[in-house]
Amino acid sequence: MPDQNGSTNGARELTYAEALREGLRQIMAQDERVFIIGEDVGVYGGAFGVSAGLRDEFGAERVIDTPISEAGIAGACIGSALTGMRPVGEIQFMDFITISMEQLVLQAAKIRFMFGGKATVPMVLRTPAGSGTGAAAQHSESLENWFVHVPGLKVVMPSNPYDAKGLLLSAIQDENPVIFVEHKLLYRTKGHVPEEMYTIPLSESKVVREGQHLTVIATSVMVRRALEAADILAQEGIEIEIVDPRTLMPLDEKPIVESVKKTGKAMVIHEAVKTGGYGGEIVSRIVESDAFGYLEAPVRRLAGLDIPIPYNRTLEAHTVPQVQNIVDEARKLVKGDY
Amino acid sequence: MQPVAVDELQKRGLSAENAHEMLMKMMLIRAFEEKAEELFAMGRVHGTMHLSIGQEASAVGLSTALDSRDYLLNTHRGHGHCLAWYGSSPDLMMAEFMGKETGYCRGRGGSMHIANVDTNNLGANGIVGGGLPISVGVGLTIKLRKTDQVAAVIFGDGGANTGAFHEAVNMASIWNLPVIYFCENNQYAMSMAFHRAFNIEHISDRAVGYGIKGMTVDGNDLLQVYDAAVEAIARARAGEGPTLIESVTYRWKGHSKSDKQAYRTRDEVKEWQDKDPIRRFAAFMGMTDAERDALQAQAHQRIEEAVTFSENSPEPDVAAILEGVYA
Ligand SMILES: Cc1ncc(C[n+]2csc(CCOP(=O)(O)OP(=O)(O)O)c2C)c(N)n1
Ligand SMILES: [Mg+2]
Repeated sequence: MPDQNGSTNGARELTYAEALREGLRQIMAQDERVFIIGEDVGVYGGAFGVSAGLRDEFGAERVIDTPISEAGIAGACIGSALTGMRPVGEIQFMDFITISMEQLVLQAAKIRFMFGGKATVPMVLRTPAGSGTGAAAQHSESLENWFVHVPGLKVVMPSNPYDAKGLLLSAIQDENPVIFVEHKLLYRTKGHVPEEMYTIPLSESKVVREGQHLTVIATSVMVRRALEAADILAQEGIEIEIVDPRTLMPLDEKPIVESVKKTGKAMVIHEAVKTGGYGGEIVSRIVESDAFGYLEAPVRRLAGLDIPIPYNRTLEAHTVPQVQNIVDEARKLVKGDY
Repeated sequence: MQPVAVDELQKRGLSAENAHEMLMKMMLIRAFEEKAEELFAMGRVHGTMHLSIGQEASAVGLSTALDSRDYLLNTHRGHGHCLAWYGSSPDLMMAEFMGKETGYCRGRGGSMHIANVDTNNLGANGIVGGGLPISVGVGLTIKLRKTDQVAAVIFGDGGANTGAFHEAVNMASIWNLPVIYFCENNQYAMSMAFHRAFNIEHISDRAVGYGIKGMTVDGNDLLQVYDAAVEAIARARAGEGPTLIESVTYRWKGHSKSDKQAYRTRDEVKEWQDKDPIRRFAAFMGMTDAERDALQAQAHQRIEEAVTFSENSPEPDVAAILEGVYA
């Protein structure tokens, strides 16, 4: 299996958006049950271009443009999944998923359990989260942890093109409703992506960089930033180990626990607001595990400030962790300066 | 001014001065939007913006019919309505657009969230349909306080297809609230053409389903918009409940910053540009092209001043970043 990280030595490269599109195209060609539904996914090709060209290839019946009706999009996915289809819905910005909440939380997540395990809702809802584009408070949310809190939903958050394709194909083939959280700043990032169809199992955390001084658990765009920070820290002799959970729910916690046992120190990084964020869950898993006895320092969370995303460029950048913040915090933890 | 125009204005209790003001407001909106686009293209603002070029008559016709004591709930494509609103300052709007501390929202909100609550401008909204349920609450305030105010909520054709629209209009109807549901049907919701998203001819046809009055007007004809608004407002002030007004218009520019516009043809855009609401009203007033262009130049000059004001304004202080979340 080719390596997913950074440099590819002439191997085939795609952007994150292209990787998602290739996955969609391949599975749609193979599986007639799969269709795409969402706002501007057809003629426009998706607000971030993920489904560009797919309407021409598969027709308007399988790449369905909807009115502005997020509850309707979620419901259309649920109803068709329940009756044998494999819908891939798109919510144009993660912020608008708030309008789909009832359908996702009270229907999609619970139908199987309430019906005594006799029904399945194999749907995927793709949606871009995150700030950094100047889109302000109502177009920059990172709400992944809302869904982590709802048993019955799976939550996937790829950080690079390779994972994006492999995880999407797994998500579509999964029997459960999957909230597939993309990131606006990642769409144009490039990385190696094999042309053939491949899957990455859901619930498989991955060590994306090895190190012995500190374990950094990061999600989505923060994995990229942590990798950049790691290069800077390496010049000072600090080697951080980075773990990307990739699937937040259900979480494969073993690689995290093992890493912390090795390094004795841990820091979680995510873009979402710190209070009530996923970092709290990761920290709990660490301190509840046998890694607790190995800890040599407090476990830290580096996350978004507890404010909505501001419009002003400088304020926006200060609201969520940047590479320099990661470098500074990691250095402090490693040097015992806390 | 040509005699027919004087007559038409007089019939409505409007003076030549009123007409001049309305024209200037439309020109100011045009100038603001063109400048906004330019600043964006130059990389001097970030984020996104939704330009209302081509829809100026809708904004000015409505706000002229309203009073400064009334309430405005605006949309993402809201620069025009905001500029047309009572006491609004192009300086403070531009400063917000440029993310400055002096802006209406201290640089926190940006293009999609410009508000001036002190003047009853309850803000633009980044969420399609987001203002619709809120309009019910504003209507309730007016009703409970027994004032004769009205609230106007602006939304697009896309907004009319949200679930929020249904809940809001029905609630306003059953409680007889003084709310004007003002739908700017500019033919598209992003790439979604009106005829693909609706199975009815006029959005105002939906009024019947809620038991309220509906009207469709030529949104590029300033006086038609004004007339419809005046009628709806009179009904609302008289305690006769909400009205759904569909203002049929067209956005000349792309949906937002990066739109290839594969969903429409150049000819179609051109056709609508020939229905330019500003040229139309200037011609109605009997203005020569030169007179009109001179006024438009004045509007551009005013916007240049707003840019200068904004450039000389301070950035928000990073130390104050946590402020303003809670009261
Ligand atoms: C609930 C919600 N869904 C989707 C969007 C993304 N979006 C912003 S504007 C827009 C189109 C709106 O169309 P319309 O209501 O007709 O207003 P227009 O842009 O044409 O003025 C879309 C899809 C959003 N902001 N909010
Ligand atoms: Mg529209």
